Amino acid sequence: MIFTFDFIILIFMVVAAIIALNVKDLLSASMIFGIYGFLICLLWAEMGAVDVAFTEAAVGAGVSAVLFIATVFNTNRKSSD
Amino acid sequence: MLSKVFATIAVVITGGLLLYGVYDFPSFGDPNSPPNAGVEGGADSVSQYFITQTYNDSKVPNIVTAVLADYRGYDTMFETVVVFAAGIAIFCIMRSLGNANDPAREKDEIHSFTHGDHNRIIIGTTCRIVVPIVQIFALYVIAHGHYSPGGGFQGGVLLGASFILLALSSDLNAALKRLSEKNYFALAAIGVLIYAGFGLVAQFLGANFLEYGVLQPILFTDGPEMARSHSMLGVEIGVAFTVMAIMFSIYANLSTRGTLKNGL
Amino acid sequence: MEQLVEQILEPHFNFWIYVILMMIGLWAVIAKNNLIKKLIGLSIFQTAIILFYVSLGVKEDANIPIKKPTPIEYSERAYDSEADTRSAYAAAEKTPADENADSKAGDSQKKKAYEKINPDKIANPLPHVLMLTAIVVGVATLGVALAIAQMIFKEFGTLEEDEVLKVIKGGEQDD
Repeated sequence: MIFTFDFIILIFMVVAAIIALNVKDLLSASMIFGIYGFLICLLWAEMGAVDVAFTEAAVGAGVSAVLFIATVFNTNRKSSD
Repeated sequence: MLSKVFATIAVVITGGLLLYGVYDFPSFGDPNSPPNAGVEGGADSVSQYFITQTYNDSKVPNIVTAVLADYRGYDTMFETVVVFAAGIAIFCIMRSLGNANDPAREKDEIHSFTHGDHNRIIIGTTCRIVVPIVQIFALYVIAHGHYSPGGGFQGGVLLGASFILLALSSDLNAALKRLSEKNYFALAAIGVLIYAGFGLVAQFLGANFLEYGVLQPILFTDGPEMARSHSMLGVEIGVAFTVMAIMFSIYANLSTRGTLKNGL
Repeated sequence: MEQLVEQILEPHFNFWIYVILMMIGLWAVIAKNNLIKKLIGLSIFQTAIILFYVSLGVKEDANIPIKKPTPIEYSERAYDSEADTRSAYAAAEKTPADENADSKAGDSQKKKAYEKINPDKIANPLPHVLMLTAIVVGVATLGVALAIAQMIFKEFGTLEEDEVLKVIKGGEQDD
């Protein structure tokens, strides 16, 4: 646990969350959500939760972003807000 | 517009109360906080038992795997069942979607312009080389989950992701040729059955459900500790089967509206 | 400045961020109009809860929860002869053969054969276990939600909440 890393990653996470929710293009939103997943995976590894970090890297950053993109591909890419 | 104002008010009130409550929390990284060390004057925290006794009980260095597959075996078993049920639910929803006459189907024809495109040669070849490496790494993660970070969930997701990578790089049919729909649902059910089977065998031998120590004569190990270690590996393999199959089935159904044709 | 960081920021910063992420997620679930955006908000909400749990299990200067204790009789000998950890590892590898001999001697003797681990130096494994399964189940339920979103898109031709509500209310008035 190193507080400087902790601080930086947490700030980036909040920024990534806000951007993911405010982008009008849903494909970009899905990709930024994948970035959010990688950041939180870094945070788990930094806090000593290696198993959780591993799962998050595979699931949160990889599979769930792909699932979002698959849905956006089959529906509408534009969002009103 | 009004709903956004109300939402903001509700969120600010909730967040303010939670931020107020944060000041009563133990400070970050404190080893003597109640979740880490138990309540003062009361019993020790259960996590302390896990940390000190796991290696004596089951000869597994990775405490997370041991707690996941042994001490909290019921929890993990029904989490696996939840994953299985979610896969079935997605299959039912998407299949009812795909079979109806869908005007949007024509859109897929436009999207499928990449089929047979020469731009795919580089991506396809690279992924063809990468996929076996991912799968071997996933098997290592499952088998070595006792000694390093990893286990059934992570390895299963990696195996599923390798099939998703194959489907993304070339075609969904290329992945379905290797793991057809009938096979992946069979694998998902077999995974849950392997997990429950370990519990049932333990029950037939006179112990409680999922009490692995009693499996010692069947697994030919010396001592109940090694029997627990080996049973954990078996259980993780079951979890990996289910998670792999369901991850791939979720992707296959979501990307094709349940028709399993003309994927992403 | 340093005092400010150590006394005010450091003890609770993770918990502040968990509340802020939770507020962002909750606001998105309530106020966003697009269903995909709502689902992204729901996922952020979920990771906020996971952040809360994992933050509770962190211990200062602690190791990751993977630990193979060295057997006592060998480790003592190693420390006597001023040997470093390398000889302790070499001794640890001998244990399986040793256990074979021990297993007939009885369980009570074998249980005391390992050094006592200090729980304060290993991170709390329990939140990790709970959250590990929660992440995998979370992606499965996210898949169900996305399937329902595709169903809504097929039925109404849109993913915007207000347009879907307009169609539903309009249908009721026609009846």
